[in-house]
Amino acid sequence: MGLLSFLVFSPLIGFIVFCFIPKKEQTFIRNSAVVLHALPLLASGLVLFQFLDHASLAEKINWITFEIGEKVLGLHFELDVDGFSLVLILLTTLIGFLAVITSTWHINKDNRLFYQLMFLLQMGILGVFAADNLFLFFIFFEITLVPMFFLISKWGGTDREEAAFRYVIYNGLGSMILLIGIAAIFVLAGSTNYAEVQHYFAENGNPTLQLGLAFAFLLAFGIKLPIFPFHSWMVKVHVHAPPAVVMIHAGVLLKIGAYGLIKFGVGFFPDAFDSLAILIAVLGLFNLLYGAYLAFVQEDLRSVFAYSSISHMGIVLLGVSALNTAGIQGAIFQSVSHGLIAAMLFFLVGSLLARTNTTLLKKLSGLARLTPLLAGFFLAAALANLGLPGMSGFVSEFTVFLGIFKEMPILAAIGTLGIIMTVVYMLRAILNMTYGTYKSTYGEVQDLKASEVVPAVVLLICIIGIGVYPNAIGHMLQLTIETILGIGG
Amino acid sequence: MDLDTLLSFNWGIMAPEFTILIVGVLLTVIDLFGPTSVKKNIPKLGLVGVILAFILLVPQYGHDQVSILHDTYLFTPFAYYFKFILLIGAMLIFLMILSNESNKEITDRSEYIYLLLSALLGAMMMASSGDLITLFVGLELLSLSSYIMVGLRKKSLRANEGAMKYVINGSIATAFTLFGMSYIYGVSGSTNLVDISREMSASLGTAEPVATIGFIMMFIGLSFKISTVPFHMWTPDVYEGASTPVTAFLSVISKTAGFVIIMNIFFTIFTGNGEANTSLYDSMLLFIAVLAILSMLVGNLIALRQRNMKRMLAYSSIGHAGYMLIPLTSISQLSVENVWFYLFAYSFMTIGAFMVIYLLEQQKKSEDISIFTGLYQTSPVLAVCMTIFLISLAGIPGTAGFIGKFNIFVGAILAEPSLYILAAVMALGTIISYLYYFNILVQMFIRPPQLEGKVSVRVAESIPLIACVAGTIILGIFPFLALNFFQ
Repeated sequence: MGLLSFLVFSPLIGFIVFCFIPKKEQTFIRNSAVVLHALPLLASGLVLFQFLDHASLAEKINWITFEIGEKVLGLHFELDVDGFSLVLILLTTLIGFLAVITSTWHINKDNRLFYQLMFLLQMGILGVFAADNLFLFFIFFEITLVPMFFLISKWGGTDREEAAFRYVIYNGLGSMILLIGIAAIFVLAGSTNYAEVQHYFAENGNPTLQLGLAFAFLLAFGIKLPIFPFHSWMVKVHVHAPPAVVMIHAGVLLKIGAYGLIKFGVGFFPDAFDSLAILIAVLGLFNLLYGAYLAFVQEDLRSVFAYSSISHMGIVLLGVSALNTAGIQGAIFQSVSHGLIAAMLFFLVGSLLARTNTTLLKKLSGLARLTPLLAGFFLAAALANLGLPGMSGFVSEFTVFLGIFKEMPILAAIGTLGIIMTVVYMLRAILNMTYGTYKSTYGEVQDLKASEVVPAVVLLICIIGIGVYPNAIGHMLQLTIETILGIGG
Repeated sequence: MDLDTLLSFNWGIMAPEFTILIVGVLLTVIDLFGPTSVKKNIPKLGLVGVILAFILLVPQYGHDQVSILHDTYLFTPFAYYFKFILLIGAMLIFLMILSNESNKEITDRSEYIYLLLSALLGAMMMASSGDLITLFVGLELLSLSSYIMVGLRKKSLRANEGAMKYVINGSIATAFTLFGMSYIYGVSGSTNLVDISREMSASLGTAEPVATIGFIMMFIGLSFKISTVPFHMWTPDVYEGASTPVTAFLSVISKTAGFVIIMNIFFTIFTGNGEANTSLYDSMLLFIAVLAILSMLVGNLIALRQRNMKRMLAYSSIGHAGYMLIPLTSISQLSVENVWFYLFAYSFMTIGAFMVIYLLEQQKKSEDISIFTGLYQTSPVLAVCMTIFLISLAGIPGTAGFIGKFNIFVGAILAEPSLYILAAVMALGTIISYLYYFNILVQMFIRPPQLEGKVSVRVAESIPLIACVAGTIILGIFPFLALNFFQ
């Protein structure tokens, strides 16, 4: 078994171990959950070292073959990473680990089942990024569906069951469109291996068919991202799922949409995406402005962040539509950066919720005096989110606009409005909460404990790190982007 | 025909059928005249009979084609593979019956056991016969036995209603089938499938519309057994009325037999002579496609509104039958393989789900969906088993159901790009089915228990459960085991 399979299946170890721990041992369950979740984190660190060493990580085990006449079609268990997927894998293990730490403070019901589902979810996401063919990608993609359904519907807030069903229906719709697309590609190319599929479509395939497939991918991943008319499920999940789960959801799961769009959409069907570019750019712009506008009028802090996510995913779409190095790089940066920022925001929401029991903006004020640390971190995360220079948000948005201005200057100019709107809605929400008179409705409130500061600091360091030295990631991505855009590859 | 010709046939190849027949007859006699001490063991003896038949079947793998009595009995690889599923399904159902011997309703009535065997014999004949007459006899043997099994609970109002509907609908369907067969006989002058195939591959001229009507009528009649539109109406009432092991039997073995006879007749006739007569089949394609679409939508949509678990699974089984009609819209080896795999997977997950329902309905005295409330708290193991069956029925990866669906997808797109529509409707049906399958998950894991009564799983009950869970997962993770076996 190779290192990558170990990485992907390491959460399964935790899952199995947890089957044998008695339900009653609460503290033991919590501690071992944290310890066992460190396993994928360590494994991903090892993968990183191997990758930087230029060692080959690819694995392949034969799985299913179809013999149809003379054609032999194969579906295999193939894993591999490139710069893009590795960055997302690191993001997954880091945020997953922090989310589990967060849950140890906030989750008090059926702990054992909760962590088991977290393990499964983690395995699914890692598999999605480590897979080297579409079939395997799809399998892991679907595996995330079931644990997320339970995590939302069992531990969520007031409207949790509806949120969970919306999650399943929308994502089911997306994955079924994806499945038809994958089956079609499989039949055409005789394989679902990324490299082979890319090669196949570079050589043959008629334009109409490519356009159809590209559109199917856009739709499937657009639901996941989400793109405008399909966003309602994601807002529900943001608001009603437990914050620790939203950390993973907003931080990593939504990024599968960006990953799929860039790696499969742009990677396999560059010509078709070229003709769809205007559509994607307009959708992106709409996401950006519509999300920002709605974020401005929300009453609930969590809805503000949800619409802010929609708005930021618009920037990813803009980057994709540019179809040049800067645009794609910006889109990837934005995915990573938003992942970190959203995770941090929802980590803080979790801490806030534990103290005040509400995230309604009109009930929150004067936190700066009451809980200066919490308010301070909120402000830092908000600044990162609105793209303050020196933080990761700035780098990614700047790169995206660099790319898009080259291709579609008018749309880009309109898009910059979105950045201003981001400042307005983020500061409205945060300042409203931080300053003002202290209301005693939620009684005595403690500031962040020392242990609670750690996850926030870790995330903040990453955010600032990328902001100050973006090349740390940019370096790893260079080759991937060239492959995707077919430059020199 | 003299004795020598009769003895010259390779009767040994019929050993599995003979075993079932002999055990069935023997058990009938024991039930009539045997001492009580032996009578108590009739269900066990039935299981032994099925296992014996299975043991005799397995070594026939890869055997050459054998024809007995002018193709009235045919051993083909096709027959072998499907008898394999039928016998495994029967074994699981016997285990299900045996799991709860305190259920007087079933174990006290030995009729169930030998009717099950005779129905199984009918199904096996449908798999390996090359003549319309014997196929029809097999079909009727299966049908009549199932009618009685459904109606055996004679004091239950629902059982009576179900049995009545089953008989009436079944008779109409039989009439359709016979009507269609008579046209085919009229056109071809033979009841032998290979002869018919030869006649059909020649130009039919003016007789072609007659043949088309004949085939469509036959298909409509046979769709009764697989419970697809238009003959699906009986399904929910019969499933609800019958006792749960019988329901499981109807939804697995009877359905498998239905697909077997359809594929046997149509695939032999249209590909039998080496050259496929596609023009005739093409005229049926649209018809089958429409039936598939209707079944997928009707089954899955109506299932949304059901609270009775057996009714819900009845509608869901209509939807699944619709999925399995998709491969029938193209004639190829791959279609047979896809239907076979799906039926195999379907047997495990459906019998498993019915087993859980059977267990709960015994202990909670209800068939309402509320028997599942809070199951995770009262019996986590059972809840996890049911989860596996449900996500397999829903087609989530890691389970057999997913591989079955993916095969059908690939097969549909490989065969004919225009089948995209069918694949799309199947996707839609799958998403609709998420709603009601996941709703059961919500009941099990999130709602507090609503009904009184403890839930416990005894050893005898765990055997069929373990077998079904193992089948569902193994076929999901190592599908090549079954797929390689097929080739």
